[in-house]
Amino acid sequence: MTKIAEMPEGFAGEGFFATSLSKVVGIARANSIWPLPFATSCCGIEFMATMGTNYDLSRFGMERLSFSPRQSDLLMVMGTIAKKMAPVLKQVYTQMAEPKWVIAVGACASSGGIFDTYSVLQGIDKVIPVDVYVPGCPPRPEQIIDGIMKIQELVKNEPLRRRFSPEYQHLLEKYQIA
Amino acid sequence: MQVQSYFSQLDSIEGELATLNLGPTHPATHGIFQNVLKMNGEKIVSAEPTIGYIHRAFEKLAEHRPYNQITPITDRLNYCSSPINNMGWHQTVEKLAKIEVPKRAQYMRVIVMELARIADHLVCNAVIGVDTGALTGFTYMFQERERIYDMYEEVCGTRLTTNVGRIGGMERDFTPAFHQKLKDFLKTFPAKFEEFNNLLERNRIFMDRTIGAGPIEAERAMSYGFTGPNLRACGVDYDVRVMMPYSSYEDFEFIIPVGTQGDTYDRFMVRQEEIRQSLRIIHQAYDNLPAGDYHAAVPDYYLPPKDDVYSKMEALIYHFKIVMGEVPIPKGEVYHAVEGGNGELGFYLISDGGRQPYRLHFRRPCFIYYQAYPEMVKGSMLSDAILTMSSMNVIAGELDA
Amino acid sequence: MTNELVHARIEQQRPGLLVRHETAYDGMLSVETTREHVVELLKFLRDDEQLQFHFLTTLCGIHFPEENDRELCIMYQLHNWRANIRIRVKVFFPVSDPHLPTATTLWPAANWMERETYDFYGVLFDGHPNLTRILNVEDLDVFPLRKEYRLEDGTRTDKDDRFFGRQGHEGRSFD
Repeated sequence: MTKIAEMPEGFAGEGFFATSLSKVVGIARANSIWPLPFATSCCGIEFMATMGTNYDLSRFGMERLSFSPRQSDLLMVMGTIAKKMAPVLKQVYTQMAEPKWVIAVGACASSGGIFDTYSVLQGIDKVIPVDVYVPGCPPRPEQIIDGIMKIQELVKNEPLRRRFSPEYQHLLEKYQIA
Repeated sequence: MQVQSYFSQLDSIEGELATLNLGPTHPATHGIFQNVLKMNGEKIVSAEPTIGYIHRAFEKLAEHRPYNQITPITDRLNYCSSPINNMGWHQTVEKLAKIEVPKRAQYMRVIVMELARIADHLVCNAVIGVDTGALTGFTYMFQERERIYDMYEEVCGTRLTTNVGRIGGMERDFTPAFHQKLKDFLKTFPAKFEEFNNLLERNRIFMDRTIGAGPIEAERAMSYGFTGPNLRACGVDYDVRVMMPYSSYEDFEFIIPVGTQGDTYDRFMVRQEEIRQSLRIIHQAYDNLPAGDYHAAVPDYYLPPKDDVYSKMEALIYHFKIVMGEVPIPKGEVYHAVEGGNGELGFYLISDGGRQPYRLHFRRPCFIYYQAYPEMVKGSMLSDAILTMSSMNVIAGELDA
Repeated sequence: MTNELVHARIEQQRPGLLVRHETAYDGMLSVETTREHVVELLKFLRDDEQLQFHFLTTLCGIHFPEENDRELCIMYQLHNWRANIRIRVKVFFPVSDPHLPTATTLWPAANWMERETYDFYGVLFDGHPNLTRILNVEDLDVFPLRKEYRLEDGTRTDKDDRFFGRQGHEGRSFD
């Protein structure tokens, strides 16, 4: 008999279920992420196919795409980021509210891809911190979904106080994000 | 981003103009380009585009890669219809090296190129629908595109950036699964496409939104360098497949649809009809697919089969030389054009006889016709400007290269 | 309409404008002229009632660092749709004095094509309405497609050139 979803550890009784707050918040966050599709090039078309009916991203709770950074949780960077675009990307990342996650979809976003040229940023982790990298040129929709499931794992298991911790502040300072 | 100073003189005319920054990241601009609009209320007084946000230096990159490694770069020009770019590049090198491709390979190339054209036009028209608020057509047509992607996978292994074909022909013959998928597609796609067409073609709301949005006259369009469906919507029937036929297009019978006014509705209808004509070409090519080789007998340029490489000496040497890029390329300059999804995609190649091109220039149709955008939207409302931009089918990869 | 007829017409109506002419490798007529005469030649090709090269297909720059005083070349390619014939016009000039009159008065299509050529090669088109960088970042101070500049970004730290076969790299970096 297959289960729909795994229950977290806790204490169940008649009409109630007791578990820790971080687990409840983690499950709620992981299954209702609002992504910001920052689609620049070919990987953006594969994302449109992932969003379409064959590979359906809304099964994962990502029904509502938000193009406004202030209302989104996950920045999906799909496609090549040129040096002209890097300040824009950084500004969009800074405008997002905590907690926020970043997924770099495609070889160009991860490391510059096949474009080892003077005008292409060799990986977006030169300007913003990245959580999950999805390699591929372009990655198949199944691979993008795999990356999103890893993001869901990260979101589900993140401690509630992580964003206030000194390690996280140090990470942001390394990227010169206030 | 800086507003260019030569537009600031407009401020002195009317002090009440608002400056609106559309992009570079904006849901309506499908691609990364920025427009700084000066608005008088809801009407646009002037627009100033800034592009280059995805400049990947293809032309410089091509000077540092051998000829067979440039094909993946051409993939990423108009990535919605990458087989057309690949075939255009292969034909350019074949023109330079004077290679004659057999008939079967030419017909196979035509089938793959027309499938790519259908895929490109489906994206553009579905997105015009989305921008007017009609999301249903998008979801249905993307399912059809998945079937085209399945066929690409049978031919070359990937879905989007295909790297299909080789210099001298195709890399493998059509598999039996491809034949089955193509037959199914040809049988069932027309009905589904007509469903999509009936949703929008005589839809009162769609017609009111798109008729009269972003028109351009034929003379002005030609002087701006328009080609492709955008020019055909103005009434000029220029099509590279008819003007300078390549890869056996002269064997096929198809009409060139033209519009009258050059507005968004005409561009939509021209692309719809072109999908039907592409289906007609695929039928003719598939029914008359000649027997023969799927590649030319040019061992200097085309990789030998792996069994021979492991057993015969000359095959081993040819394999080594081709992979290392030491193919005999003559000196000279060639220009070859194909009809891409957006118009005349040209390759200007100067070779000095070495492993890499001396200069490779891409004549990119999107880059050339996007210049006319400020003129097309002057005086129209913001919603019409969004529709005009999506109906021009500006692909950022081809715009910036 | 053949290449010979086109060339004969140019020589008959505008003698002395062409410095050189040849049939290029792909069969297209390729003529060369000087930068003082190029706009006049393009205007004649466009407006002459027999030639009617009304469409500017493309315009690009080429850099030949070995030729003295002829390092930079601009190639215009025109197309006559009625007779279905193309022609290529080339202009050579030194890199120390990269000025050339603009073709935007003849075709508005030349606007962004000339900006791209300025961006890549540093060719200054006199009379262009807005000659600024179009594809690269605005504050770039070199012209990257010239042969002396390398392809890769000079400041990248994560790729070791030894593994890419680039030991003594072929150009100076500019970051």
